[in-house]
Amino acid sequence: MEFALAALVGMYFATATYLLLSKAVIRMLLGVGILGNAVNLLIFTAGRLTREVPPIVPDGQAQLVPPFANPLPQALILTAIVIGFALFTFLLVLGYRAYQELDADDTDTMRIAEPENAPRPPLSY
Amino acid sequence: MAAPITQPAELPRAMIEVATAASDWVLILPVVLALMGAALLLMLRNGRSWQAGMALLVVVAIIGCEIELLRRTLELGPQTMTMGKWLPPFGISFTADVMSAAFALAAAVVTLVALLYSQADIAAREVKYGFYSLVLLLLAGVTGAFLTGDLFNLYVWFEVMLIASFGLMVMGGRKIQLDGALKYGFINFLATTFFLVALGYLYGLLGTLNMADIILTAPNAPVGPMTAVAALMLLAFGTKAAAFPVNAWLPASYHAPDAVVSALFGGLLTKVGAYALLRALIGLLPASREIMDPLITGLAVATLIMAPLGLLSQTNLRRAIGFMLIGGIGAVLAGLAMPSLRGVAGASIYAFSAILTVAALYFVAGLIERMTGEEDSRLMGGVYTASSPLSILFLILVFAIAGLPPFLGFWPKLLLVEAALDDGSIVLLVALVLNSFLTVIGGSRLWAHIFWRSGREGAHSEQPNDRLKPLSRRDKWWAMLPTAGLVALIVGFGILPNSIIEAGRTAAADLLHTERYIASTGIEVQE
Repeated sequence: MEFALAALVGMYFATATYLLLSKAVIRMLLGVGILGNAVNLLIFTAGRLTREVPPIVPDGQAQLVPPFANPLPQALILTAIVIGFALFTFLLVLGYRAYQELDADDTDTMRIAEPENAPRPPLSY
Repeated sequence: MAAPITQPAELPRAMIEVATAASDWVLILPVVLALMGAALLLMLRNGRSWQAGMALLVVVAIIGCEIELLRRTLELGPQTMTMGKWLPPFGISFTADVMSAAFALAAAVVTLVALLYSQADIAAREVKYGFYSLVLLLLAGVTGAFLTGDLFNLYVWFEVMLIASFGLMVMGGRKIQLDGALKYGFINFLATTFFLVALGYLYGLLGTLNMADIILTAPNAPVGPMTAVAALMLLAFGTKAAAFPVNAWLPASYHAPDAVVSALFGGLLTKVGAYALLRALIGLLPASREIMDPLITGLAVATLIMAPLGLLSQTNLRRAIGFMLIGGIGAVLAGLAMPSLRGVAGASIYAFSAILTVAALYFVAGLIERMTGEEDSRLMGGVYTASSPLSILFLILVFAIAGLPPFLGFWPKLLLVEAALDDGSIVLLVALVLNSFLTVIGGSRLWAHIFWRSGREGAHSEQPNDRLKPLSRRDKWWAMLPTAGLVALIVGFGILPNSIIEAGRTAAADLLHTERYIASTGIEVQE
């Protein structure tokens, strides 16, 4: 099970890296989305997998009886998903606004902040 | 009915039985105040007239809390407050030592100046869009990142900071801002994602994310995987701090928003990255840092040399200041490469001084741009005749960031050079001195072009610049006076550096010898 998930995480990372290396903003956005999922799966796998045993203290016991699923990675992932959602949404809107305003989906043509024909540094003191 | 509960024989102590002392609340109050202030201002965003006053009140209260916190950390050592009464590693702790308290205080002071400055710099429209809420949210994220004692919590504060900075970056919606924000946004989002990957691995290896607990359990973990985690953190925090070679996003974006926003970003955001580098690699994972030592030395040297070269090639004023800022990050990395008492003290004092100095530089740059109506230093000129105080402020700040005496930047550079001599690291020594030398050249050339030369570049450079607009009364009282106050602080600390150096030594000692840090969290150390 861990092995399969680890392989899946690897594939996600590979896809995300490929998409992020693109010049098109929309592909980079897709890459960011996949990367977020890759990381969440990674935390889930690194927190050890235990199937179908919820971490609930049974009747008559004062503490959990192993084996039980680790609840903490799930809490971490939940937090990361929510935060990731917010930032991804912002990046989506930003990408769209940039497409409208700058009329460019290609990062090579976005040269307003860093003008292409920058002046040579002044030689005089 | 449930059967009677069988009590296990021996459970380790997990709860804090005593109530949190009222005075311990100063640890969490700065973050709480900033978050609540931000929420309140967002709800009341139609009352535009008193937004700034409210924000100022909140920041003054935060500064009060942080002065008290700094006093306590200096007197009593690191302070911890744990949420929800569960002892760490279960409860989430806020742990502040001298370094975190001092950085948080400097960040709040810069925010205070920024709030005053914004009276002259921010359009009414931007107030309506929630400028003050976002500034307070940014401060909450930065302060939380400095004060937290839990790595996952640090990630959350990084994201709070990031989303607030996105809002500030695009506020106004000019094309250049969208362009800058796209580059800033993607890279910083990637950096925090790498940090999250590191956290996932770290949790898998140690089963804990509490900083004090990590210090205790890390030596038992296998060295190879731990070094992978540390390397991921170096990449993530290095990107945040704009260390070479992952620094290109900073000069591409920091000059895009309003000057006051540039100043907040330059003063606060990269220093959180620098702080996280020091905390994670020296405090938490020193064994892994040891392995990566040659790499960090290389990065430090490259950052120290590359940044002022970028400064020399730059004519856009605020982009040039961005390169000065990156050079300062190189000095912090140099301290990271020499984890002796002097080296770490030098790095942390330098980061502290850079919070104040870089913000002040951007404030001054905003005033220069306002007077000349230009962003490019080739088209400026003759500002000296229009405002000599401004020229003095700029020159002091250039000297301070380069590390010339008697300003604040000199003392940490001196400590770093001493550390390099102790360490026998000639490469770092040469890089540090060369960095100062090149920064002075680049900075004073900017000064000569903007202030000293009569007019714009070219054939008319000897004729007076007829496009200069004098500063309005509002600019002088709300923007220049607070900036001058900040500069006075830099000069004052430079002339009387004893308290700062002592505090820096305490901070470094606590970072290198973590017994007091762990003891403050209440985790019981197994022999």
